[in-house]
Parts: sequence; structure tokens; C-alpha cells
Amino acid sequence: METFLNRYRNVTVLLLVIFAQLVLLAVQVKNDQDVRMIRVWTVSAVTPAARLAEWLRGGSIGFLRDYVLLHDTHAENVRLQTEVNRLKLDNDFLKNELNTADRAKALALFQARTPSKTLAADVIGTGAGTNSRVVFVDRGSAAGVERGMAVVTPDGIVGKVIEAYPTASEVLLITDPDFAAGVISQKTMVRGTLKGQGTPMCKVDYIPPEEKLQVGDWFYTSGDDRVFPRGLPVGIVKVVRPGQPFQEIYVEPSGIQRGLEDVLIVIEGVHQVIPREPLANQPVYIAPGPPSDDEQTVAATPTAGTAADKLRAQYKAIGDAQNHKFGEGGVGEKPANFNLKPPPPGTAAPGTANQGLGTRDQGLGKPVPATQAPSPKPQSPVPSPQPPVPRTKPPAPGQPPAPVTDDVAQRPHSE
Amino acid sequence: MNYSDSERILLSSQREGQVSKFRFWVMLLVPLAAILFQVYVPLFFQFLGFLEMPLLVVVYFALMRRSQIHGLMVGALVGLAQDSLSKNPLGMYGIVNTLVGYFAASVGVRFDVDNLFLRLFLAFFFFVFHQFFYWVMARALLGQQLMFEIQRELIIGLLNAVVGIFLFHFLDRLRESV
Repeated sequence: METFLNRYRNVTVLLLVIFAQLVLLAVQVKNDQDVRMIRVWTVSAVTPAARLAEWLRGGSIGFLRDYVLLHDTHAENVRLQTEVNRLKLDNDFLKNELNTADRAKALALFQARTPSKTLAADVIGTGAGTNSRVVFVDRGSAAGVERGMAVVTPDGIVGKVIEAYPTASEVLLITDPDFAAGVISQKTMVRGTLKGQGTPMCKVDYIPPEEKLQVGDWFYTSGDDRVFPRGLPVGIVKVVRPGQPFQEIYVEPSGIQRGLEDVLIVIEGVHQVIPREPLANQPVYIAPGPPSDDEQTVAATPTAGTAADKLRAQYKAIGDAQNHKFGEGGVGEKPANFNLKPPPPGTAAPGTANQGLGTRDQGLGKPVPATQAPSPKPQSPVPSPQPPVPRTKPPAPGQPPAPVTDDVAQRPHSE
Repeated sequence: MNYSDSERILLSSQREGQVSKFRFWVMLLVPLAAILFQVYVPLFFQFLGFLEMPLLVVVYFALMRRSQIHGLMVGALVGLAQDSLSKNPLGMYGIVNTLVGYFAASVGVRFDVDNLFLRLFLAFFFFVFHQFFYWVMARALLGQQLMFEIQRELIIGLLNAVVGIFLFHFLDRLRESV
């Protein structure tokens, strides 16, 4: 070493002196960023070495980890696969929860806006038979559910209650062959009867050949069946075939297209108008605005179901106004003057406004007594009176049944 | 040794060259006087501003001492003194003069530095080297965008070499003969 230094002493001293002056220079000089050159040079000299050292260290550790120490890779893979599977399940669960929340929100919105009184229920089971299109819901007679009540979703009708147990109810779906409901076309207002076929499509029967229906037209409940309130969406026409004596029309039900998990049971139905616009992009029903006072008066007026009923009710009202009792009075007694105008509906004698015809629950085939006076708070602004669907006690014994409170008799297509 | 009768400028061996010695005060005052000349004379005589007296002194002492360490030390000290009296950071002239002193001493070992033409050439060469290396360092270390006009530098180098001949001749009188 000493020989080496002696041999290169001059160069060594030169380098030392140059280095010392460079350090001196670097201490004084600053670069553009106002950093002393000594700091820049030091960092520039040290960082590559540090980077190289880090590269060597990382490479060595990475090599050891990736190629040498692989004894726990399989266990790690198994653990990660398990974690991935668990996360997939969690993801599916959360998606379902989100879907359920959306559905529940739509259901709650529909329930809040529809004028009918409804009861939310969850589908808890399906029918045992392969051909039976029935489901069970978790609301029964204890919750006020009765046989014949309509079951709907915001998208449309689903079916009707065919059996009400204390804690559950059995619902006949719209696709069951035994199901039938009165429907009305949105465009042409032609009436028909929807029947289940045991397939995803339902058939609309009794549509005359001259009625012009097209694929894409919507059908709504007509309210004629006394199960479903008027104005609920039923489905969209998918097939129209000419036939004799009636057209062959198939409808895709809209209420069950998104699956059945949450439904609404119509406890007390209120008729609504048929929407003018198609239901595309309108999954949630929006109730019409409140009616005016005049419309309320008109809506509260009972009307006869048929022309004979109307005439009978008119004469009875005139007779009651003159305290005339039908079937009484002897010969020569002056009869009541039936040429007078009938009194206004609000001045009718008690009991005369509650008359109606008995009807049948089409799904069950059992006669159901007519309702009492219509609801004093009709929700529909339509000119024609739309009393609530009868869901109350039958009339007193001996009292004549109330007339059908619909404008069915005024239409040529009525059933 | 008297080489006036010989036209050789390359020494056959290192022993052939004679190491000139100077008194301490000469080694102290001559560089100091050169620095003072560089500082004050151009204030009054601007046309003398081209002279690089400290560089010529370093070259002379390095050549005469024929010791690389001695030469680089003289160059370093003179250069640092120059830096101290200039606006440059300490070390710019120091590094350049250190290298000049080292290489000049290295040349003095191999060549007959008493030769007039060799002195002229060495003074010219080291002046250009000094200016060029300073320009490189100023650009590299300080980031200064200085101009290096080679034609001007060559002319000034020649003038400094001529002045250096006279300076060296004057300084030869101050050395001690062994």
C-alpha cells in the first residue's frame, strides 16, 4: 500500500486537492432550485447506490419469495379461493338485498299512491302441483285478508286470494287456467275476459272480430269482475289472431314478469281511470289527482247496473219522494205522480241509494252479496261514477240488492 | 546548468534537469504581487486587463520547481486567492490552476524549461488550457452560459505568452542557484 501511494503520490495529491476544492465549490454553489450543489451531488451520488442496493435487496427477496420459498403457496391459494368464493356470495347477497330494497321501495310508493287500501305481503311458497299456478303469501285472515281479494304489484295484477288461512293466504295466479278477470283495452276501450292458460301467456276472450286491437296494446282491469278495481294494468298484447265468433288474443301479464316476491293484497279497492299513456317506462302506478266537488257529487250518486235497474231506481226515488209505498194502497186511491222529475240524489230517501245487484266472484264461483253505499270519497276524476269495489258487509235481509255500480250497462261490449 | 549552447529541449533523463529553488519570501510575495496586479492594475490601465499574471506565475513556479505536488499546491493556493478576490465561488480558479500547476510541473520534468521558445509555447498553451477548462467548469458546475471565442483566446494567449517570457526572465533572477 505504501509503495502504491509512493508511486502514485503526485496523482493522489492532485485528486485530493481537486476533490477538496470541488467540495468547497459545491458548498457555495446553489442550483436553479436554490439547493446547494454539495447536497445535489451527494444525493446524486448516494441515490443510485441506494437504488442499486434496494434493487438487489428486492430482487433477492423476490427471488427467494417467488421461486424458493413456495412452501405455503398452495395453502395461500386455497385461502384466497375461499375468500373469493365468500366474497362472491356476499356480492350476490348484497345484490339481492339491493334488488329487494328497490322492489320494496316501488311497492311502498305504489301502496302510498294508489287510492285502494292494500296490504303488503311476501310470497312464502308456491303450490305443490306442477300444473297449479298458486302461491302462498304470509298474510292471512288474521291480517284482514279474505277470499276473493285481488293481489297486485306495481307492475300489474298478479292473481286473487282463493283461500285465506289465519297466517297465510293462497293466491291463484293470473296464469292459472282457472283464473279469469274482466279487462278493458286501453286504446279502444273494448272489454273482454282474461283467462289463464297454464302458460306464461294469458288469453283475452270475447273480443268481437270488428274490434281493432294491435300487438303492443295494453289491457287494464275493467272492474267488472268485482275483484280487481278498475284501472290496474294487466298486460300487453303479444298475439292477435282473427277468429269466429271472437278474436284470439294473447296477453303477456305485466305483474309477474319481474318475479314474485312482494305483492299487495287489495283490502279495499277503488276504481281508477284507465291511463291514456302506455305503461312503457312506467313501472309504478301514479294515482290521478283529486277530483273536483262536482265530480264527487256525481260519483256518490248510485246508478243502476242495467236499464231496467235504472228505471226501477228512478221510479222508486220518485215514489219515496212522495212517501209512496209500492205494493200498498187500495183501489181508487190516487197513485203517486211518476211524471215528476226524480229528486236530486242527495235528497233521496234513506235506503234507496244502497240498492245494487248481487254479483258473483268469478274466481270462486260463489255468489257474493252486493255492497252498501259507495265510498263517499271517490278517487277518480272520471265523469262516470266509479264506486269502490264491494268488500263490506252484505245488506240487511229483505233489502233489495244494490245495482251494479258501473257503467257496464251503458256499453255495448259489457258482459 | 547552462543549456544555451544546446538546442535540445527534451531532457534525456530527469537527473538532467535542475530543480530551481526560491526563497520563501519570493514564493510568498511573487504570487501575491501577481494577484494584486490582477486586481488593481486593470482598474487604472484597462488595456492590461487581458493579462493573467497569477496563471503565469503558477506556470513559472511549476516549471522551475519540477515537482508536481509543489506545482499543484502553488496553483491551488493562487487559484483560491484569486477566487477570494473575485465574484466566483471558491474553487473555480483553484481547480483550474491546480491542474495547470500539476501539468506544468509534469512538463518541466521532461523538458528544458529554460528554452525560450518552449517557455513561449508553454505559456501560450497553459493560458488556452486555463481559459478552456474554466469555461467548461463554468458551464458544467455553475450553469453559466459563457462564450468561448477561440480566436480571441488564441490572440490573448499569445500576448500573455510574450509577457510571460519577460516575466519568466525577471523571475529567473530571483531563484537561488544550487
